[in-house]
Amino acid sequence: MTGWLGPEEWQAVALSLRVALWATVLSLPPGIFVAYALARWRFPGKLWLNGLVHLPLILPPVVTGYLLLMLFGAQGPLGRALEAAFGISIAFRWTGAALAAAIMGFPLMVRAIRLSIEAVDPRLEAAAETLGAPRLWVFATITLPLALPGILTGAILAFAKAMGEFGATITFVSNIPGQTRTVPSAIYAFLQVPGAEGAALRLVIVSIVVAMGALLVSELLARRVSARVRGS
Amino acid sequence: MSLDLSVQHRFDGFALDAGFTAPEGVTVLFGRSGSGKTTIVNVVAGLLRPDRARVSVCGEVLCDSASGRWVPAARRRIGYVFQDARLFPHLSVRQNLTYGQRFSPAPLGTAQSARIVEMLGLGALLTRRPGALSGGEKQRVAIGRALLSGPRLLLMDEPLASLDEARKAEILPYLERLRDEAQMPLLYVSHSTAEVTRLATTLVLLHEGRVARAGPVADVLSDPELAPMLGVRRAGAFLTGRVARHHEDGLTELTSPAGAIFLPRVAAAPGATLRVRIAAQDVLLAAAHPSEISALNVLSVEVLAVRQGDGPGVMVQLDAGGERLLARITRRSAEALGIAPGRRCYAIVKTLSVAPFAIGENATADP
Repeated sequence: MTGWLGPEEWQAVALSLRVALWATVLSLPPGIFVAYALARWRFPGKLWLNGLVHLPLILPPVVTGYLLLMLFGAQGPLGRALEAAFGISIAFRWTGAALAAAIMGFPLMVRAIRLSIEAVDPRLEAAAETLGAPRLWVFATITLPLALPGILTGAILAFAKAMGEFGATITFVSNIPGQTRTVPSAIYAFLQVPGAEGAALRLVIVSIVVAMGALLVSELLARRVSARVRGS
Repeated sequence: MSLDLSVQHRFDGFALDAGFTAPEGVTVLFGRSGSGKTTIVNVVAGLLRPDRARVSVCGEVLCDSASGRWVPAARRRIGYVFQDARLFPHLSVRQNLTYGQRFSPAPLGTAQSARIVEMLGLGALLTRRPGALSGGEKQRVAIGRALLSGPRLLLMDEPLASLDEARKAEILPYLERLRDEAQMPLLYVSHSTAEVTRLATTLVLLHEGRVARAGPVADVLSDPELAPMLGVRRAGAFLTGRVARHHEDGLTELTSPAGAIFLPRVAAAPGATLRVRIAAQDVLLAAAHPSEISALNVLSVEVLAVRQGDGPGVMVQLDAGGERLLARITRRSAEALGIAPGRRCYAIVKTLSVAPFAIGENATADP
């Protein structure tokens, strides 16, 4: 593999995978929670929460990145709080890239999970309650397994989005080799240097393969899981 | 062991204001669709919070709007069999059946659980998924699932309504066994007079959100005043009889307080007690004992009451050896025969007008 990809390119691919994986894993629990709240609860400010979640989808990514920089930068309120409390700084680090990727992928994830939770028949949840099951148990044993196809789809969409995220990432954490230079940033950087078109092309191919692979895996998983969930 | 209930609830221009007591045995909530049956059952289960209500089961208050008490559905220990079964599609039949067991404060023993599985004939289905079950099998699993959660009251909301006649006939015997063996009240929603005749101990007749009448099933079904609410074509009382013998020409003979009754062959052993539903419009009245007539059942009866409707018919309540019957005849015939309270006459019922489905085992009236 390293024979075909140069060390710099390989570094970008490994970093992208790490960023995307963490972004997906860490946004899954809040993603499921927000999706459930939007699907099942009625509360004041629901419309606003929905708007806030979807904002990164509509805003120019540069704006999202800039907002993150203002919040989590060395001078930003959250950045300073993190630094003071845990000694952590995420601006210009790969962790910041993961945060940016997670936020950009969040609307896609929440949307997919919300739709699948809405498709779970609430009458099944009511039936589980009449059998004596507490709410949280009903959620874990009825709602969650029945919504699993949508949760998988949401996670894979968020992963693919994280692999390809560029605008917010480069604005928030810049383009530091080995630290924040993910595949899209690397392609961009290679295209700025004369004679590096070969490296750019190889990363383009990697991007296409990963994206296509993610879609195929998501489709296959969703089919298998929904067949099992429907009980046929 | 009983259920006491009063509910007031308004929604979408419909007002429900009902109250009754359901003793042990099967209490059937009977009424047209939209009369509030399912609303009542959902209030008892804790799935619907009404405007005002007081519900107590076996002395424990589950819901009382006066004191603000509200026990959530999960802590009521009330089994609920829904019209659409509502099995969990991602779990096997076995997992569906055991779903509620872990939450029961007094879990059933393995022997008791095995008996329920056996009584409902579920042994061969345990490893299957709900998607691979027929409608009748699904309902049996749903009944088993509710019973295995160890409830102190069982609710059934038209559990047979979505099934065809063959599947209904498959499940009804299980429900009868349940009624006769379970030591708990059953609240059963239905709009089928056949199911009422077969299963009910107590009948609560709902009409436009109010209880029109509640009482022992034989009294309510034979009340001519209530016939318009049941629908005059569906009105009819039942006789209780014991299988005397099966004749070779395909008939079964019952002995009843009203006299011998001949039915099309019934699959019940001699000695079994049956309820025979007799639709009011299938009964003829004669002033004198008819001779040379094809109908086999001629019962000596006394007129108890006559109810005049708006149309050409009258509903006549009859006493047949202590049992009550209803007969629907024209006003003209009633006047010609002098049908009035106290009049003795003969009720004629064709053997073949009694549908096999109208015949049910009846253990509660066993002397």
